[in-house]
Amino acid sequence: MTEQGVRWTAEQVLALAPDDASRKAGSRLGGTGPWSQIGGSASGSVWGLCKGSGRTPYRTVVDLTGPAYKCSCPSRKFPCKHALGLLLLWSAEGVGEPGEAPDWAAQWLADRAAKAARPAAGAAGPVDAEAARKRAERRASRIGAGVTELEQRLADVLRGGLAGQEQAGYAAWEETAARMVDAQAPGLAGRVRELGTIPSCGPGWPARMLEEAALLHLLDRAWLGVAGLPEQLAATVRSRVGLPASGEGEAVRDRWLVLAQYDSASPDGRLTTRRIWLRGLAGGRPALVLDFGPPGRPPGLALPVGLVLEAEIRFRPGSAGLRADLGERFAAAMPCTEVPAGVSTGAALEAYGAALRDDPWLESWPVVLGPVVPIPGELGWQLADAEGTSALPVPLTGTGSRSRGGLWQLAALSGGGPVTVFGECGHRGFTPLTAWQPGSPEPVALG
Amino acid sequence: MDKGDEGYGNWEELVGAALLGTERRGGGGPTGSPEALLDAAAVHAVRRRAGLLPAEAGPRPEPAPRDPRPAPPEAARRRLAQLLAGRSGAAASGGRRGAAPDLTELLPQWLAAARRHGYRSPASLLPALLDAARARTDLRPHALALAGVRGLWLARLNPDWRFALRGGATGAGELPDVTDAAGVERLWEEGLFAERVALLGAVRAHEAAAAPRLLTTTWTTERAEDRLMFLDSLRVGLSDGDEPFLEAALGDRSRNVRATAAELLSALPRSALAGRMAERALACVGPEGVTPPAECDAGMLRDGVVKRPPAGRGERAWWLGQLVEAAPLSCWRERFGGLGPAEIVALPIAGGEGWTEELHAAWCRAAVRQRDAEWSRALLGPASAPPAAGPGTASLAERAKLLSILPDAERAAWVAEFIRAHGLSEAFQLLGVCVVPWAGALGRAVVDALDIAREAGSYPWSFSGVMGLAERCLDPAEAGRLEALTAAAEDPRDAVPGAAAYWAEAFQRLVATLRLREAMLAELAVAA
Repeated sequence: MTEQGVRWTAEQVLALAPDDASRKAGSRLGGTGPWSQIGGSASGSVWGLCKGSGRTPYRTVVDLTGPAYKCSCPSRKFPCKHALGLLLLWSAEGVGEPGEAPDWAAQWLADRAAKAARPAAGAAGPVDAEAARKRAERRASRIGAGVTELEQRLADVLRGGLAGQEQAGYAAWEETAARMVDAQAPGLAGRVRELGTIPSCGPGWPARMLEEAALLHLLDRAWLGVAGLPEQLAATVRSRVGLPASGEGEAVRDRWLVLAQYDSASPDGRLTTRRIWLRGLAGGRPALVLDFGPPGRPPGLALPVGLVLEAEIRFRPGSAGLRADLGERFAAAMPCTEVPAGVSTGAALEAYGAALRDDPWLESWPVVLGPVVPIPGELGWQLADAEGTSALPVPLTGTGSRSRGGLWQLAALSGGGPVTVFGECGHRGFTPLTAWQPGSPEPVALG
Repeated sequence: MDKGDEGYGNWEELVGAALLGTERRGGGGPTGSPEALLDAAAVHAVRRRAGLLPAEAGPRPEPAPRDPRPAPPEAARRRLAQLLAGRSGAAASGGRRGAAPDLTELLPQWLAAARRHGYRSPASLLPALLDAARARTDLRPHALALAGVRGLWLARLNPDWRFALRGGATGAGELPDVTDAAGVERLWEEGLFAERVALLGAVRAHEAAAAPRLLTTTWTTERAEDRLMFLDSLRVGLSDGDEPFLEAALGDRSRNVRATAAELLSALPRSALAGRMAERALACVGPEGVTPPAECDAGMLRDGVVKRPPAGRGERAWWLGQLVEAAPLSCWRERFGGLGPAEIVALPIAGGEGWTEELHAAWCRAAVRQRDAEWSRALLGPASAPPAAGPGTASLAERAKLLSILPDAERAAWVAEFIRAHGLSEAFQLLGVCVVPWAGALGRAVVDALDIAREAGSYPWSFSGVMGLAERCLDPAEAGRLEALTAAAEDPRDAVPGAAAYWAEAFQRLVATLRLREAMLAELAVAA
């Protein structure tokens, strides 16, 4: 079977769509009606001509290794509806035997191949090492000042007592967060903002607030003593404070299974963060790839759940070795043919606990759980081991919780029986992101 | 737990100290500082997180019963996902709709077809399916049938989907066996209203006479609105066996219940009420002319005649209409010297033009109520006759109702003939009662009429209603024939500017939708 012959599911294709409108528009182009000269190559590309409203049909090419798209339509959406329609058509009906690409497609494919073959250009331009060092020093000292100020603020709050926080309101925390932004420590600013929201978030808030304040204090202290920390932990502290990861870490080549992909918007709604969870099929290593979309635009990177890409991944230093960047890809992405093995609820929490050694500020750890039975409840959901009586709670509110719709999908898939679930396991519980029905290797991304 | 954090032995103490504030805690000393408190809390927080253990599992839901039906084929499953995802806001663009098909309108057809094939819903789509059914009652019967036992299982867990449990359309496994007297009695005594309606339907389907018996056991204690709904549920499958019960309900304390009982009885031509009404009606109407009743007596009131006419109508004419409407149509043949319905309808009514209209309208209502095809046919008259000159009624709504009494093929032929004679502008309601997909002749009549409208040069959105219907109802096999109409042509003389292009677009959409429906149905038909 050729690689191009191993097709994705429609869900996987539609997961590439930048928004609902293009998903809908793409669906309508997913039949043979408007298409002609459809074809594909053995190395993983698909092309076709799509009849639009104009005289000349649009020329659409997709390189499945990327996936990367090229279309002669004027749309600025990416991928455009034609690329989506073409992929849907390919996923549903295929495009016949692999063949020779027509000129207009071949040119672009060849350019891409050439670009991929070129070694990645080194850091652009000559670097003024001295100037860079000075900049880094300046920033470090500003962060240091911010950290000291934050410590002062935390001490004041603890001195006066958390009890007053419910009346004190959010404004003071917002102001502190702004000071941390000024101090070029966006990581601290984010944690401060979270801290400020706790007093209004329901019963048990003082304990949660103390916990978060203490971990923030721990981060402050770690920053002040960062020079004495082991390199990995120091890197974690730097990235938690908000410094960009320095340099590149370890590169790992594997066949990476896409376990989940979901977006979240920043509090002000201006930035979309896309989180993509991967797992190496051979090495078993988890990886988190982040991509960001500026206001009004979705992130550019889209990796449909259930696909496997053979690629090199570069892990950034620190942060429990999760953050990674996608490097060179070696073949077209293909659907995974088996359900990943799951672990028990106890083992999931152990994995999270072990990861805290490398990054005490880690909120959660990626885990494939299973077989487990979802237990819906009005007060809270649980995922219980199919054998035994242990269960993990599912957070319904707060950061990390997902829509209830996804949970109902999970319940529907299980029908009260055991399922395999991928999700984020942390101190708040387990947030399900993807599930597999018994007997089917096709993952269902929980909406 | 070791004693690393001296002074703060446990977490509760730490939280207590933090709430109160180190200032007020007094004591001072090395552990009294905020920093020491935060240090201790940090150690505790990390230790707690690292040492987390699973919780005790709560009670598990009962496993959902197995649904032995096959899942739809892969392509059909994807199609359903698309249709469900596209159901919100598809028509939001308003006015001009472009050349792409409207997926929203295809969902009901998909569900109906999937049900015919006997598929179950894919599990992952159940929540979306139930949400769709919650939003659109017209989808419910098919959606719930597809959702099956797992859908019911899921609906029991989520209050948003309670409607599914009230349905009664799905029944399977929910109702006791109708021969299980104790089970039937228990559900009848304790069940939710909808469960009881479903039970009544099931009991009735099994043995017609058992339903009134069941109703009688609790009738006097039911609320008026429930009594009304129970009566209403008798409408389907009404038979002479229901008469005694209905006759008793004529004395009900609720006016609406009385009126409904009377209406149902009048739909039973052999009922005593129908006989009484016939007697009254025959006294008023005959070949010699019309003499409306002089008063609305107690007997008429008991038989459901409403005394007060609506504003603008004379009371005697109002009473007459009700009598004729409730009288069995069979009584007129003898009264008019053996004439058939068509001849009776064609007779000029002596005693004034006004009565003809009144009488014909009442006969129309009677024909619909008694589902009398011969009278319906007579009242409709030939389809080619000018709409205003029809024998029965000029009202399209009435005609649509009369049509619905005729056999499928005759109905389609009549509407096709009507469209050929009068065009599309008045055909919308009539098309609505035709069986889908439209019969060949009907489909061709519609397409021809659209083509004529195009050549006449008006804008296609004057026909958007019929266009929309055609997208949903035209036989997909017509797509080929339509292809020729999709080419944008020059605007004809006298046409409004740009009309030709819009028409081409409208026909493109029609063809695209038909092709989509064809593909959709083909996907479902693939052997799973």
